[in-house]
Amino acid sequence: MTPDLECLNLTKGFGDMLAVDDVSFAVPRGSFFSILGPSGCGKTTIMRMIAGFLEPTSGDIHIRGRSVLNTPPNKRPVNMVFQHLALFPMMNVAENIGYGLRRAGMAKPEIASKVDQALDRIGLPGIGPRKVSELSGGQKQRVAIARCMVLEPDVLLLDEPLGALDLKLRERMKVELKALQAAFDTTFVYITHDQSEALVMSDRIAVMNEGRFEQVGTGQDLYYRPETAFVAGFVGDSNRWSGRIERVSGDEMEMRTDSGMLMRGATHDRPLAVGQRADIFVRPEAIRIARSDDDLAHFDNRITGRVESLLFNGAASRILVQDASGSGEIEVNLPQSGEFAGLDRGSEVRIGWSGAQGNCFAAGKA
Amino acid sequence: MRAEAKLGLILLLTPLLLWLSLLILIPHVDMFLVSLRERVGVNEYRISLANYLTFINEPLYLRTFVRTAVMSTIATIITLLIAFPVSYYIAKIARGRVQSALFLLCLVPFWVSELVRTFGWMILLRETGLISNLLQYTGLADGPVEMLYNDAAIMVGLVYTSMLFMVVPLVTTLESLPDEVVEAGYDLGGSWFSILREIIIPHAAPGIVSGSIVVFMLSLGNYLTPTMLGGKDSLWFTELIYSQFIVRFNWELGAAFGFLLLGLSSAIVWGMLKLTGQTLEKTMG
Amino acid sequence: MRHPRTICLSSITISVAMIAAPVSAETLRLLTWGGYAPEDVVAKFEAETGHTVEVTKSNNEEMIAKLRATAGGGFDLAQPSQDRIAGPQEEFGIYKPIDLSKIDATLFIPSMLAATQENTTVGGEVYGVPHVWGTSGLVLDTSMAGMVQDYADLCGEDVAGKVSYRLKRPTLIGFAFSMGLDPFTAYGDEAAYTEIMEQVEAKLIDCKPNVKTYWGGGDELMGLVRSGEVVASMAWDTGGWKLNADNPNITFVAPASGALGWVDTFVLPAKGRADDAAYDWINFVMRPEIAAMITAAAGNFTASQGADEFADDALKARYQASFPPEAIDNIKWYPPVPAGLEAIEGGVLDRVKAAN
Repeated sequence: MTPDLECLNLTKGFGDMLAVDDVSFAVPRGSFFSILGPSGCGKTTIMRMIAGFLEPTSGDIHIRGRSVLNTPPNKRPVNMVFQHLALFPMMNVAENIGYGLRRAGMAKPEIASKVDQALDRIGLPGIGPRKVSELSGGQKQRVAIARCMVLEPDVLLLDEPLGALDLKLRERMKVELKALQAAFDTTFVYITHDQSEALVMSDRIAVMNEGRFEQVGTGQDLYYRPETAFVAGFVGDSNRWSGRIERVSGDEMEMRTDSGMLMRGATHDRPLAVGQRADIFVRPEAIRIARSDDDLAHFDNRITGRVESLLFNGAASRILVQDASGSGEIEVNLPQSGEFAGLDRGSEVRIGWSGAQGNCFAAGKA
Repeated sequence: MRAEAKLGLILLLTPLLLWLSLLILIPHVDMFLVSLRERVGVNEYRISLANYLTFINEPLYLRTFVRTAVMSTIATIITLLIAFPVSYYIAKIARGRVQSALFLLCLVPFWVSELVRTFGWMILLRETGLISNLLQYTGLADGPVEMLYNDAAIMVGLVYTSMLFMVVPLVTTLESLPDEVVEAGYDLGGSWFSILREIIIPHAAPGIVSGSIVVFMLSLGNYLTPTMLGGKDSLWFTELIYSQFIVRFNWELGAAFGFLLLGLSSAIVWGMLKLTGQTLEKTMG
Repeated sequence: MRHPRTICLSSITISVAMIAAPVSAETLRLLTWGGYAPEDVVAKFEAETGHTVEVTKSNNEEMIAKLRATAGGGFDLAQPSQDRIAGPQEEFGIYKPIDLSKIDATLFIPSMLAATQENTTVGGEVYGVPHVWGTSGLVLDTSMAGMVQDYADLCGEDVAGKVSYRLKRPTLIGFAFSMGLDPFTAYGDEAAYTEIMEQVEAKLIDCKPNVKTYWGGGDELMGLVRSGEVVASMAWDTGGWKLNADNPNITFVAPASGALGWVDTFVLPAKGRADDAAYDWINFVMRPEIAAMITAAAGNFTASQGADEFADDALKARYQASFPPEAIDNIKWYPPVPAGLEAIEGGVLDRVKAAN
């Protein structure tokens, strides 16, 4: 089956600067695809090129197999949910949702029934006559999606639409958006700088940095098997050490950190050589806390340190450990068993993790 | 504490109240009383509506008023048609220095007095003026062309004088329209015309209406431009009022005309607001 | 030169509150025409008397409107034409009588002083003494509009589209005379005057296509004639003489039916506060040598006895060319305008303006 959306060597430059640098990807029909990256990485530029508001410097965009480069935005089978939703304040909800249908020249009664269907679909039946300004944030969100979905686009683009919502609502809308996508069975392309939005909702995620895709994969891929140092650092939290590689044997390696600590890690098939500068990333939840060294005997990295501070956050509580050699603070998840709930600032702890959890990347620009 | 707050309020309001009563209310009341006086002989007056009846019975005055109102309306429409794309460009397309430079360009004519501006147009448009000479020089006209002293010249002058007062409110309202909303219109299949009609104009409506009211009132109350550019056919209602007061010493009729202008122009503005479904609070707020 | 300022809507609101001047050296607030109080004359007067002079330039209608708005306050000396004194005084009471004992009568041409006193007497009191006089007639480019001999000729085919005049009362009067009517004798009879004005109205409406534009100010007229856009116009004598200096073809011509003669006067506003300074000013500017300075600035002759000797020869030559002796005898001097005539004339002027 042809993918709904395919970008081929897409490049966009503004003056000397390349905002999007030779990006290619395909989004299969009916899937939820996210582009995740820090602000200024070029993700909005990609989105605007797909929608037709920007013309690529080079490369091509195919929708259902056909190039849309010469199609103006109002004729593309693509619709967009804008960052601030861009509902038309001068129209009521029904008029907003019916706008595209009116423009397509559909008959009035037909528009009315389509609008009603769409309102049912988003779970807000009967709010058609309401003014946009009377809606809550979440309702606006759903209306904005319905406004696009009545046009049955091949691809729906969403430009950080949850950014303006408060935290609680954002959490709920994540689930709801995923459900809506399933209900409409349409291809969603979602851009965000919020990794949790991307991880929760997406079938596949592209991590973008400085105009390029660093890695494209499922949430699990990105989280557990980052392919670049940037992805390792950007997706999820990590402790990071820089140093020089002292030994490589198969998948295992050892690195001497700048503070002089010897650390074991895994290469995950990346070509790394002795003497090279490298970074090791270790997730806080991969690190175990223990009262005695014996409990950590099976880990090949062990450190003794002092609790610098306690970051209580319910199930996601952490401690910051200052290691004895002074190589900086290490973030460590507290086990949910409550075993270490009595830990105080200043108390001595032992921590350790297996070398396989230490993801090592050759030091680069990231 | 409370007494102090009250005193503060009174002090804050005093200039406004003084201004309103001394410069607006009292002169108007006085003018109204004058307009109700009828001269029956040397230094003999009685209260009557004779001055208002003169306006109704003399078709000339009514016609002049209608003409002034119609011309002002046309001037307002032309100003709007020219100012809208200009404002859209300034508010939405131009960026940074170009934007401020364009805005400044609209402002520049107001650095000289209205008299000088009008003289400028006279220099351009008169028979021995710049445009006439240019046309003859390029061979587009055989003899001198007189472009001054007609309604078109008045129109040019009025539109030119009013432009800024239309551009400012339009730029302000258009700037408050997020680009996203216009893009959303495109994205959902709208053509530029339907976006203009259904999104941009409804959004800019308060600016359009307030700009139109200001331009209409300015044109209606303009004195210099119509008299200087219009020449022998420049009939304008303010000119009538002026001549009643200054030339004819007929303050009674002049005052009546003044009140009729006030009343009729208010009625027209009110009608426009009703017609466009706007309210004064919305347009001025 | 007369410079009626066309723009002064706000004149009504100019109600002036000024600080009282000391008794001996006063501030003279003078409401006058352009050219009647040249700077060198003011400087000389201030040096000699110690008074200070504040000059406000205006025209007949504005002067009266201003004085009416303040019931005769705000100025200490004004200079309306002699025909605009008795009427407004009866109606609005904006002037105060002149104490003739404080005027040096020997400085005046006796016949003019007597005529002006007669014309400005209301209720046995004299309100005006003469200052500057002149005429209005035709300013022609003789190379293009030699055939124009009278106001009515302005409506001829030959000068179509190249004619201008003011839409003010002198035009009505001038046209009436050139049509063989006598408006001045009808002044006292409203019905007769209305009839005359109706005929003039028809004539002016007829004539309208011939007119390029109605001029409003002296500078505007000068511009029109100088550029050749207008070749024949009703205007003041001084305007024609001034243009004659630049272009010998253009000059002032007394029309066949007679030039209209006006006399601008001195009057004391009812609430004037510096009468002594006002009398000082009158007696000062009527001295022959000072009067000649004013003639040089304004272009018109004064009622000062013996000032001719000091006047510029070129100006005298132009005057004599425009006014052969029989033309001087034919000058129609404006009699006082009775109150209320302006309303009749106003209606005529409005209808002419509105006609298409």
